[in-house]
Amino acid sequence: MLGLSGLAGVLLLVEILPYTAVVSADFLPPTHRIAVALGHEIADGGFWSALCDTLVAWAVGLTIAVVAGIVAGIVIGAVPLLRALTASTIEFLRPIPSVALIPLAVLLYGTKIESTLLLVVYASFWQVLIQVLYGVQDVDPVADETARSYGLGAWARVRYVLWPTALPYVMTGVRLAAAVALVLAITAELVIGAPGLGSRIAVAQSSNAVASMYALIVVTGLLGVAINLVARAVERFALSWHQSVRGEVLV
Amino acid sequence: MTRILARLGLALALPAALFAAWWLGTAGSDNFYVPPLRDILIRFPEVWTWDRLRADVLPSLIRLAAGYTVAVLAGVLLGVLVGSGRRVRAVLEPVLEFFRAIPPPVLVPVIMLFAGIGDTMKVVVIAAGCVWPILLNTVEGVRAVDGVLADTCRSYGIAGPSRLWHLVLRSASPQIAAGMRQALSIGIILMVISEMFAASNGLGFTIVQFQRSFAIPDMWSGILLLGLLGLALSVLFRLVESRALAWYHGQRRAQRGPAR
Amino acid sequence: MLLDVRGLKKVYEGRQRPVEAVRDLTFGLDVGDLVCLVGPSGCGKTTLLRCMAGLLTPTAGEVRLRDRPVTGPPPGMAVVFQEYGRSLFPWMNVRDNVALPLRNKGVARKPRQDLVAEALAAVGLADAHHAYPWQLSGGMQQRVAIARAVAYQPDVLLMDEPFAAVDAQTRADLEDLIRDLWRKLGVTILFVTHDIDEAVYLGQRVIILSSSPTVVREVLDVDLPDQRDQLTTRSDSRFTELRSHVYAQIQAAKRESTVGSHDAARPAGLAKQVLQ
Repeated sequence: MLGLSGLAGVLLLVEILPYTAVVSADFLPPTHRIAVALGHEIADGGFWSALCDTLVAWAVGLTIAVVAGIVAGIVIGAVPLLRALTASTIEFLRPIPSVALIPLAVLLYGTKIESTLLLVVYASFWQVLIQVLYGVQDVDPVADETARSYGLGAWARVRYVLWPTALPYVMTGVRLAAAVALVLAITAELVIGAPGLGSRIAVAQSSNAVASMYALIVVTGLLGVAINLVARAVERFALSWHQSVRGEVLV
Repeated sequence: MTRILARLGLALALPAALFAAWWLGTAGSDNFYVPPLRDILIRFPEVWTWDRLRADVLPSLIRLAAGYTVAVLAGVLLGVLVGSGRRVRAVLEPVLEFFRAIPPPVLVPVIMLFAGIGDTMKVVVIAAGCVWPILLNTVEGVRAVDGVLADTCRSYGIAGPSRLWHLVLRSASPQIAAGMRQALSIGIILMVISEMFAASNGLGFTIVQFQRSFAIPDMWSGILLLGLLGLALSVLFRLVESRALAWYHGQRRAQRGPAR
Repeated sequence: MLLDVRGLKKVYEGRQRPVEAVRDLTFGLDVGDLVCLVGPSGCGKTTLLRCMAGLLTPTAGEVRLRDRPVTGPPPGMAVVFQEYGRSLFPWMNVRDNVALPLRNKGVARKPRQDLVAEALAAVGLADAHHAYPWQLSGGMQQRVAIARAVAYQPDVLLMDEPFAAVDAQTRADLEDLIRDLWRKLGVTILFVTHDIDEAVYLGQRVIILSSSPTVVREVLDVDLPDQRDQLTTRSDSRFTELRSHVYAQIQAAKRESTVGSHDAARPAGLAKQVLQ
């Protein structure tokens, strides 16, 4: 309830501010004009196809990154030599800002959706990989040795020891990657002009449709909140299962 | 000594291998967009001369430093305020979550409205994008102050600024540092993007200029430099962090040690 | 009387119904006392201690220190908590942990350094000034917390089951340390514990509490010689008698509470009347 009052307060503030001398309505339109613009957007087919493009780029990019991150993480984590070899490389490559790839994406794919995908996959892959590696490191050596002593093969150990241990980390990685993927999808569209909400914001800005621009930004924010909530719910679901299993083992 | 060498060898083996693969893989490349690594490396010192570093890289770094500093100060200050009051937190948390969820680069067009296209715009963009992870992590850290430690402070009459400094900020510092680390990578992204939008100098501006004029090896050398810059800043951050939070890492090792 | 607890009562507003943790407690400490509070587990010892320390406001009754009512943490009181690992500042070394309350009190640099050095020497940690708490064993961490309390020079030192989380041998050493500090420095100590042996071994007096809702069941004078040690005192026949007496009292307290446990919130006395 208090949270709603906070949101209401922001809406009210944005409604009042443009009528004061603090900011001009040209820069920050009052809430009701943003709401009207949002209504126009929702009635516009172009908005929905842009939303769709963004979500497709987000979902496809995220899926590729998650699968690649998990596979790479488990292979690296399960082979000690690989782990030692890659540790520093990952620290080398991870801080390379994803936006460094923007010019490359433009040259390779122009304003096609592949440009967006390249950035989304690159940025979210690291989030998953790092978390999977943390998870693999967290495997209890006693559990692993127990599995070995019962003659479990490599695949069975991955399936029954490594994967359950790493799962909570994987879920954290997926949640972080989901947020990063949206940021990069919108960024790529905004800067490169690939189809999606980002490029619609760029169009609104260049045509001076300030209220529409704010409305679209609100949509990206809501999208971010929704993705966070869903990712958290999925994570909690997976973790509650996991912790109950662990709890039984511990007792 | 041999152990250090062995570790160094392991650490450098894969980067060296990747580098070699890139070198060999592109050696005879006639793809216009993927020039041989050799050409890129030859262009690197020619493109990134001292004059150019001073004219383009330094302004970028100064804007980044200014925006980042503003974000850290504002984020910690607001975070302590929000985190200390249960009611304030309940009112503001959904609002903050919403603002955090907005992809930071969309701030560029908004802030351009207010602050034009000059240095102020870029500093404000960087600050406005970096502030959220720091703010929310500070709130989280302030909220998680240990109850026994808080009781200890109360019973010894440690209150006010002394409590803020010795208890609240110190115990939230690992979370604040985590937020600052996230903010740093957001800051670098925004530094580049704000320059791609509208600028007359800066690293992002220069790289886009190379791309538009199809100076492909030059563009690649810019990407390389940006990567090195990201790496250098993250190494610097980790050095500072491991010093400032030596107690935290030591404590964690001590707690984990016997369990293993 | 130095510390005076009169008619103390604490009722927690539970989610469904109020829970009466402490019903009516009256007792006092004189300067230089070493008093142990012992009671069955879950009898509200911690609630009582937190009320006395001014960390919790009692529902009724009052706590007075040097004849002034305690409304918040009073300056003349130091508390040693059970959770040693969480009561020391992990970002400060041992010396700074001990010095912080003194610095906050405005003690000048030189006397502060002396107080810190004396207190650390008194608990046997003269050579650990620069270590961080997490580099020390549990027993040593609790010694630091005790040194911090002693250096603060409180009128009363409150200890909330301080040795409940350390191993048995360390515990014996720490018990002797408390006796030692008390005899040498003349601090007034109120020591809360659930361990009957510990209460009898340490205290000049033992206050036995009933089960929750808590009242004072008995105040027992421990007529053992002042010079105590783990071997002779614990095998003394008088020690065994006293211990058995306290044990019997606590068992009786537990039985009475089970009679009334159909409704935990219902007072035990009322339950008796109903049964009659």
